[in-house]
Amino acid sequence: MNNKTDVWQGTLALMVLKTIEILGPLHGYGIARRIEQTSGNRLALNYGTLYPALLKLEQEGAIEAEWGVSDNNRKAKFYKLTRAGRKQLEREARNWEQATEILACFLAPENDIV
Amino acid sequence: MKRLRALLRRLTGIFPSQQREQDLAAEIDSHIQMHIDDSVLAGKTREEARREAILTLGGVELTKQAYRDRSTIPFLESLFQDFSFGARQLRRNPGFAVTVILMLALGMAASVAIFAFVDAALIQPLPYPEPSRLVDVAENNTLVPRANISYPDYLDWKKFNTVFSSLDVYRGTSYILSMPAGAQLVTGARVSDGFFHTLGIVPILGRDFYVGEDQPSAPRTVILSYATWRDRFGSRKDILGQTVVLSGLPATVVGVLPLNFRFALSGPPEFWSPLRASNGELNRGSHNWYGVGRLKEGVTVAAALANMTQIAQQLERQYPSSNRGQGASVIMLSEAIVGPVRPILLTLLSGAGLLLLIACVNVASLLLIRSAGRRRETAVRAALGASRSRLIRQFVTEGLLLVTIGTVFGILLAAGAMKVLLHLLSRNMLLRMPYLEGLRFNLHVMAFAAVVALLAAVVFSATPLLGLFTADMRDGLTEGSRVSTGVLWRRLGSNLVVAELAIAMVLLVSAGLLGKSLYRLLRVDLGFQPDHLATLQIAVPFLNYTKPEQATGLTRRIITRVSVLPGVRSAAVTSILPVRALGNGSTIWIRFPGRPYDGKHIEVNSRDVSAEYFVTLQAKLLRGRYFTDEEDLSKPNVAVISESFAKLYFPGEDPVGKFYGDPAFSPGSMRQIIGVVADIKESSLDSETWPTEYLPYNQGPDYSYSLIVRSSQSEQTLLPSLSAAVHGVDPAIGITGETTMSRLIDDSPTASLHRSSAWLVGGFATFALLLSVIGLYGVITYSVSQRTREIGVRMALGAHRGMVYGLILKEAGSLTACGIVAGIICAIGTASVMRSLLFGTQAWDISTLIAITVTLGTAAMFASYIPARRAASINPVEALRAE
Repeated sequence: MNNKTDVWQGTLALMVLKTIEILGPLHGYGIARRIEQTSGNRLALNYGTLYPALLKLEQEGAIEAEWGVSDNNRKAKFYKLTRAGRKQLEREARNWEQATEILACFLAPENDIV
Repeated sequence: MKRLRALLRRLTGIFPSQQREQDLAAEIDSHIQMHIDDSVLAGKTREEARREAILTLGGVELTKQAYRDRSTIPFLESLFQDFSFGARQLRRNPGFAVTVILMLALGMAASVAIFAFVDAALIQPLPYPEPSRLVDVAENNTLVPRANISYPDYLDWKKFNTVFSSLDVYRGTSYILSMPAGAQLVTGARVSDGFFHTLGIVPILGRDFYVGEDQPSAPRTVILSYATWRDRFGSRKDILGQTVVLSGLPATVVGVLPLNFRFALSGPPEFWSPLRASNGELNRGSHNWYGVGRLKEGVTVAAALANMTQIAQQLERQYPSSNRGQGASVIMLSEAIVGPVRPILLTLLSGAGLLLLIACVNVASLLLIRSAGRRRETAVRAALGASRSRLIRQFVTEGLLLVTIGTVFGILLAAGAMKVLLHLLSRNMLLRMPYLEGLRFNLHVMAFAAVVALLAAVVFSATPLLGLFTADMRDGLTEGSRVSTGVLWRRLGSNLVVAELAIAMVLLVSAGLLGKSLYRLLRVDLGFQPDHLATLQIAVPFLNYTKPEQATGLTRRIITRVSVLPGVRSAAVTSILPVRALGNGSTIWIRFPGRPYDGKHIEVNSRDVSAEYFVTLQAKLLRGRYFTDEEDLSKPNVAVISESFAKLYFPGEDPVGKFYGDPAFSPGSMRQIIGVVADIKESSLDSETWPTEYLPYNQGPDYSYSLIVRSSQSEQTLLPSLSAAVHGVDPAIGITGETTMSRLIDDSPTASLHRSSAWLVGGFATFALLLSVIGLYGVITYSVSQRTREIGVRMALGAHRGMVYGLILKEAGSLTACGIVAGIICAIGTASVMRSLLFGTQAWDISTLIAITVTLGTAAMFASYIPARRAASINPVEALRAE
């Protein structure tokens, strides 16, 4: 019935950080839309789950929040990356790339393992 | 690092914040608005767009809750909520909260304070190195379980024993110290050379006595107590080598003892001298010394006793005339010191424990009532989705809150109570109990308080749950659910009240018995009139009055001088004041001529008194006459004997004119009985006075004795002029212990111990009575409130007020009766256990039991009269409508 993929455990934070890095300070709705678009609408993202994730990143000091005004003149809370957040993003992105590479080796159709 | 940061942020999130809630609401709202804006732009209607936005979000409330859970630590947050809810509940019902906290604090304070005393006396070790190896060594015989040792016996024990690494002896003494204001009598002790070494005490200044320094041939030396060095010699470092003159004899100061050194003698000695046995003390029959030994590593007390007994038996065979029947006693030193107060302390601790128990039971029943009253609230919360564990946690939290506050107050109260209790003991008593110096709020006491608090916490959290989960929770929502709680309550609550009343009964009866003992003790037949008697202790500087005639002359002059003071009716001296002695005091062995003698010691009390002694005391002469001042060493030896002496040794015959002497019938010892006097209390108040002989002071003068003066005016005001008059005879006379006979009796260790225990247990009992009656009142009041409808129906059917009174009072009466009967049974049991504390009072003293039953019964009926009255004044119409 639903062929969209659920968001994997632990990947949401990475997506959020990457999104903010690319687009700069952004509100929760914007982040959600962007993640959906970037995934080519293949992810089933409950927008609501974004907010606890944002709060967690904020508590850990990776992002900072500030009230501002959106493009269409709505008051909104904007999140931006901190220095610590940037480092966290680099580290996690590297980890993730490594993990996918390793997994890719296992899943490659013609296995080269001697 | 970042985890820690997040944790800290979440911790601060426990406290609810209006700002955060508003922020969250605004953020979610703006999210939805932006989503709607986008969808409208894409051509949807506003209605559709809103629906879609909320759907994609996953629900507004769910999102908010997920956010809130992340913003704090849910468990802690709900705990905080429970606490603040509990606190609000308590604030809403301050009467309940205050009652519970007060009761708990009271029970806690009593038990913790008493425990602090128990800890200081019975738990903390003696303040000497390896105290478990220190033992008290004494001789014993059939009359006295722990009797003083004679010096020659000590020397043999020391030589032949194989169990002690060292064995030493000591005795208290007094010295005349010349002071600018006249000679003063100061406390001292004479010890064998190794005494301090045995205890493990090293002087902080100078040296210990060396081996052999206690021989008469050694130069006279003295070691000072720290207080004496500080107060009399201004803590001068050059005190060593200086000379102090004690009773006219110069001695060199060789050491100063540590500040915290204590040794239980009747008073803390100021001057410690090597013993230097006198000629009299070289006699095997002269028992003057207390022994203290340090056991060799690994030797038990029992093994030491066996070894000493064996040596004592050897000495018995070797010296039958002096050592017949003299065994040995070896007990732990701590036992010798605190043994006498153990029963009292344990009784008090049990009393305090019972009070705590009553307080807890009372609180428990209050909590039970309250939880029953909150069934509907609980049911509503359960219906609204509170889980069972959350509901339990709510009650546990409230219990903990109460216990915490109660404990804080309890500990504060206990600290105060400890101070008050110390003041309750007389100064004299404190000097005899040096271990009370260790009385403070230490780890032991803290641990005890913590255990009590923990137990209270368990009881207080568990009790309301009992009331909560015994019936189906849904019942709480339905009308008329009170019936089931009523049944539960009657079963449990009534049992609790019966237990409470029974405990109160036990405490009241104990207090009654102790009070009666005190009353009996203070009204024991003294054989003399204690009012209007002033006394003081005198030490004659014997170097100036070496001949007996000189001493008797001096004493005559003192008596004459004092007798002419205004208000003085008569004056006399005695070697030991009545009531003053520990046990019986000075005794001697006698033998009657013309009677078979098997060598078994006939031991009687002996007092040297001046001619006016009996007249001054207002004793009662039964036969013959008293001796006169003229009967001195130049006249034949005479004696006045006590009534029990006459009854025991001259049954059915007239003792006047008969003779007796010492066991060897040595020529100087034979004396004729010239009179019989009614028994005078020559022993401590609670011990049996032995048969007593009174010898003329002039026929055997002492160098230290007590002066007794009967005054026609207030004896208290006489004291200063009395001392002045004695010093007027010779300023070198040592004087101490100016006091009145009534105060002497009141302050005697026996009276003090009985008084403090009677007062304390009395205090506990009063609180117990109060608490249990409040408990009963609570139960009956609750019962009336539960039966309002029933009573209304009864009244509507024609029951009149008297019948309603009867109904309620019958319920209260049966509870009270059960409590009292159970209490009497327990009380008699308890009283038999504490029989050693009773004096002249039986454990089943009927008058006390009746008086206490009436008191408790009256108080109980009064407490239940109030709710009964309320029940009787119920308006049946309103009562029936109320449900």
